[in-house]
Amino acid sequence: MTISKMLLGAAGLAMAAGLAQAGSHLADTSGKRIALSNNYAGNSWRQAMLETYQGTASEAVSAGIVAAADAYTTSENQATEQAAQIQNMILQGYDAIILNAASPTALNGAVKEACDAGVTVVSFDGIVTEPCAWRIAVDFAAMGKEEVDYLATRLPDGGKLLEIRGLAGVFVDDEISKGIHEGVAEHSQFEIVGSVHGDWAQDVAQKAVAGILPSLPDIVGVVTQGGDGYGAAQAFKAAGRPTPLIVLGNRQDELKWWAEQRDANGYETLSLSIAPGVASLAFWVAQQILAGEEVPKDLTVPFLKITQDTLDASLASTPEGSVANVTYTLEDAQKVIAEAK
Amino acid sequence: MTALARYRIILPVVSLAVLLAATFYMQPRAMSYFGLNLLFNLAVPIALATIAQMMVIMVNDIDLSLGTFVSLVACITATFLHDTPLLGAAMLLALILSYAALGALIHTLELPAIVVTLGMSFVWGGLALFILPSPGGTSPVWLRTLMTVKPPFVPMAVVASVIIAAVTHLLVIRSGIGTVLRGVGGNARSVARAGWPLVRLKALAYGLCGLFGVLAGMALVGLTTSADANIALRYTLLSIAGVILGGGEFIGGKVSPTGAVIGALTLTLAASFLSFMRLSPDWQIGAQGAILILVLTARLIFSRKGSVA
Repeated sequence: MTISKMLLGAAGLAMAAGLAQAGSHLADTSGKRIALSNNYAGNSWRQAMLETYQGTASEAVSAGIVAAADAYTTSENQATEQAAQIQNMILQGYDAIILNAASPTALNGAVKEACDAGVTVVSFDGIVTEPCAWRIAVDFAAMGKEEVDYLATRLPDGGKLLEIRGLAGVFVDDEISKGIHEGVAEHSQFEIVGSVHGDWAQDVAQKAVAGILPSLPDIVGVVTQGGDGYGAAQAFKAAGRPTPLIVLGNRQDELKWWAEQRDANGYETLSLSIAPGVASLAFWVAQQILAGEEVPKDLTVPFLKITQDTLDASLASTPEGSVANVTYTLEDAQKVIAEAK
Repeated sequence: MTALARYRIILPVVSLAVLLAATFYMQPRAMSYFGLNLLFNLAVPIALATIAQMMVIMVNDIDLSLGTFVSLVACITATFLHDTPLLGAAMLLALILSYAALGALIHTLELPAIVVTLGMSFVWGGLALFILPSPGGTSPVWLRTLMTVKPPFVPMAVVASVIIAAVTHLLVIRSGIGTVLRGVGGNARSVARAGWPLVRLKALAYGLCGLFGVLAGMALVGLTTSADANIALRYTLLSIAGVILGGGEFIGGKVSPTGAVIGALTLTLAASFLSFMRLSPDWQIGAQGAILILVLTARLIFSRKGSVA
């Protein structure tokens, strides 16, 4: 074989490869490596998130879509730790970093460094404000408002509400609460007469609600942030007061309680929260960006809603102690991207 | 004693070198200008915080408010120092002075420093939340430029560490006042008998702690570009560990500024090393603790041998 023939062959190969790429207009990502940087793993939501990510990632790796998709969690929930973790990932040569951030701003320096090193950064749930990163955000304010909108359809006469908030000083807590107060301003028949911090945990919420209940008038509804509905119900029961309409947050214990109440006395409510599977959506978005797809920097993910009709199916598919979940696919990601364009 | 003094600095250097070699082996990419900077740039604020903690440990006290203090400084730097530089600088100066006043207060009223600083940590934390209720702010441009400067041959993180170590070495070990300050930790009564006003010396030590705490907060904002009221909470314990890892002791004014800087670098590197090892996060804190205990045990063995010899 002469040199010219070899060159010809190589040129032919290159052309064929070029044609194949032009056909799908997307580049091959089978050599790319993706890492997940996570700041906290200490509750059921984050555990479900990590599991979903592992599932999606290992499938994608064995299908040859990407070369690696490792998950890292910082040992402490601190921005400085996560900044160091991101810098380590740059050193390890990852092509993309998927990020659930400890702080929306304190990681910007590290994120900028990643971008400058040519690494794609996709933040989700806990998003970062650095302009070079992509953001997959949940409209938490809309979620809060939807709770009040739902109450307005069920209780047209209105009444007094109890608000259970999340962890003080966290962005998500502010956003959901803002949405709830917007909703109350719109539906003037409602009035929030009490507000406690339940820290998104059943035990904390139960204690907090039990503490404030004696000082409250009749409550018709409880607006929550997720992870606190079951605790609130227990507190009402212990105080011997009628169970109000409690909006739930997709936790398995909440759904189980709801199903029990429904079977006993026809209890009706709504449950909504962000699905931990959003990590798999972030994975596919990162893959699409690596493949050369034009993706807008700001994407919105819908929240997962459970109604009276879907309760049984959701409860059946949610493991005990976990939270209702959906796993997003490549098609879902493409749909979200197309909607944002 | 000479052997002991020599071991005091050898051990931190050896632990850093071993860890560095292991990291390079695991991740050869780290062995570059760019890599070294990424590995160590977040160690610069920790090194400054460790020096701050050392100033207090030097006079036999301990500062449990350093993490929240650095967070507060970070919040002021990202807001006031950026928007109204003069007011911001005045606030930072006031913080240093209040630290000095705190030292005087602790000495005059004979209060335990551990309790006062624990109390102050809530004050600093509250102020930080008050100034920056939700994460944000912007780093002053000059500070960002300073922290991302690219000197020839050696990365910024290494240059900064060397400068910090050299300056504090001159200040604490070489200068006259540094010797007297270490004397306060060694034997306060004889320092007082020699005619030194203890109140002022304590105030000076705490003031220096405040100064380096402020520098740590500013350096941190220069790296992260913005602040968060909880940004540096870990620095309290990291700084104490750094001082001890670097050959310092809780009592007796036995401290080593160079060692403290090396201790801070070692702690930072240990975390990266564990992450390169792909160790599960559940085990990482434990492993970090194990490294700390390992080094301290080695030090104890060495110093025992040293004092016997």
